[in-house]
Amino acid sequence: MPLALEATDLLYAWPGAAPIIDIEHFQLASGERVFLRGPSGSGKSTLLGLLAGVLTPTRGTITVLGQEISKLTPATRDRFRGENIGFIFQMFNLIPYLSVLENVTLPTVFCQARRARIPAGDVEGEARRLLAALGLGARDIEDRAVTALSIGQQQRVAAARALLGRPGLIVADEPTSALDHDSREDFLQLLMGECQAQGSSLLFVSHDTSLGSLFDRVISLSDLNRGRK
Amino acid sequence: MNLLSLAIGSLRNRRATALLTISAIAISVALLLGVEKMRTAARDGFANTVSGVDLIVGARSGQLNLLLYSVFRVGDATANVSWESYQRIARHPDVAWTIPISLGDSHRGFRVMGTNHDYFEHYRFAGEQRISFNAGGRFEDLYDAVIGIDVATQLGYALGDPVVIAHGLGNVSFANHDDKPFRIVGIIARTGTPIDRTVHVSLEAISAIHLDWQSGARALPGARVDAEQAREQDLTPDSITAFMVGMQSKVMTFTMQRAINEYRQEPLMAIIPGVALSQLWSLVGIADKALMIVAAFVVLAGLLGMLTAILTSLNERRREMAILRSVGARPRHIFTLLIAEAGLLASAGVLAGTTLAYALMYAAKPLLAQRFGIFLQPGGLTGYDVAILLGIILAALLMAALPAWRAYRNTLTDGLTIRV
Repeated sequence: MPLALEATDLLYAWPGAAPIIDIEHFQLASGERVFLRGPSGSGKSTLLGLLAGVLTPTRGTITVLGQEISKLTPATRDRFRGENIGFIFQMFNLIPYLSVLENVTLPTVFCQARRARIPAGDVEGEARRLLAALGLGARDIEDRAVTALSIGQQQRVAAARALLGRPGLIVADEPTSALDHDSREDFLQLLMGECQAQGSSLLFVSHDTSLGSLFDRVISLSDLNRGRK
Repeated sequence: MNLLSLAIGSLRNRRATALLTISAIAISVALLLGVEKMRTAARDGFANTVSGVDLIVGARSGQLNLLLYSVFRVGDATANVSWESYQRIARHPDVAWTIPISLGDSHRGFRVMGTNHDYFEHYRFAGEQRISFNAGGRFEDLYDAVIGIDVATQLGYALGDPVVIAHGLGNVSFANHDDKPFRIVGIIARTGTPIDRTVHVSLEAISAIHLDWQSGARALPGARVDAEQAREQDLTPDSITAFMVGMQSKVMTFTMQRAINEYRQEPLMAIIPGVALSQLWSLVGIADKALMIVAAFVVLAGLLGMLTAILTSLNERRREMAILRSVGARPRHIFTLLIAEAGLLASAGVLAGTTLAYALMYAAKPLLAQRFGIFLQPGGLTGYDVAILLGIILAALLMAALPAWRAYRNTLTDGLTIRV
């Protein structure tokens, strides 16, 4: 089974400090949905920075969708990230001055590949389809200012944006921490359903263990990471 | 959606700051453009203090000296031109017309100039503008005087008022031609030239008031000629101070100039007013450069305001930049985005400033002509104007490299995980 993500002998240390990330091996199969549990201070943000190619590992390799990103130049890595990874953050995911629809279609401004993967090149149609699939089907929502949406709605818009153009890997960093319990599960079901529908792998990072049962696999970052916590 | 619409959206999101920045640039651009247009108008106005005149002829002295006393009524002639020489040149077949000028007397600080009707007929200023009258008309009687608008307003003169000419120049004169008073028959509309500050009488009148004068002093009571007696005498002048020449054909101007400069009977000099005027402007036109430098600094201040506005916005926009990077924006996109913002602000400012400048110029045009005699022709934008405006936009783009570079650095250190 091809791998969506593989990290081997990964070491990262801020200059002059002890390693904060030291992972022998970590992998995510294509289409797999993995819950990465990490309390704050476990090196979660640093690991995500490494996987996203924003940080360069001190040692080791990271391969995303068959491409060893640690070998790419920064500009190529930026492009690769835009084309192949969709991100959902904890909060403040959206650009406040763009409409809902514009926020969702934002990746196509920077990535031709994301645009090219959209059926018939109908970017707005695909954005509407994703919004509807995530429970934001009402026509009046798409033109609304994103600041007028509830937090839960904002996170769904962010999810639609991450999914647009079928990136192979979705990285979600505590996307549900600002939601109440019922909305969390609801959101997660929709996100996972859509990931499955378009064949994207999902790396879900959270400190909230109650959601773990919904995933294919649960990994604890504390167990995985031998670096200083 | 593209980078430009993103930049527009971002600016609209900060519209209060953006509008203030645009206003600051607009005002500075309007000032710069206004100064530039005024400068051109002042220079053209100066160069057109006298127009349509091909040559000015006077006694041999210096080019600027002749120009100053004949056109600007500043300084004195060193010598006169004899009436015979004047008549000979005036009758030359290549000469279309002449305007004789006789100077030397004054009225309460304003120069008195003796001339004839050809002056009203042929004199032009500011391009093709002719002398026109606010009230009354030309002098017809021997003791008629026509005054410029400044003379009328500063001395409170109206048609029919008496004027006594003082012998010689200066504000206060002890030797007045008070036995031969003049009557105002015409007030010339504002020209923005020294005409406004001149009292015009006929050549014959100049002769008449000097009939009983010898070597700058009045004759003894027994030898005096009163105003009415003077009318009976031959009032053809012996000499005049200078004269202006209009040629039948412009191509003959240089030939005539050389002929006059080599005239054997009398040491004369002919100058081409345009050449002498531009020579004079290079001396007095320094102020307009200073004004332009001030205006340029105001534009710089406007652009610095823009720079400040963009730089201060960067911190609150770090999250925005991080989001853009997470969806695939590369640092060069962030860089371009900020340059585009500056370009938009500057372009909007330049556009608004140009509109403002033209609105103000059209509004101020009548006032400038009336009060200062500056005939502002807003016209279209000249190539030079366009170059200045494009230069401002270019300067804005270059200045924006600083915040763009800062934002670029921010995105590199912030990565995607900034939590503001």
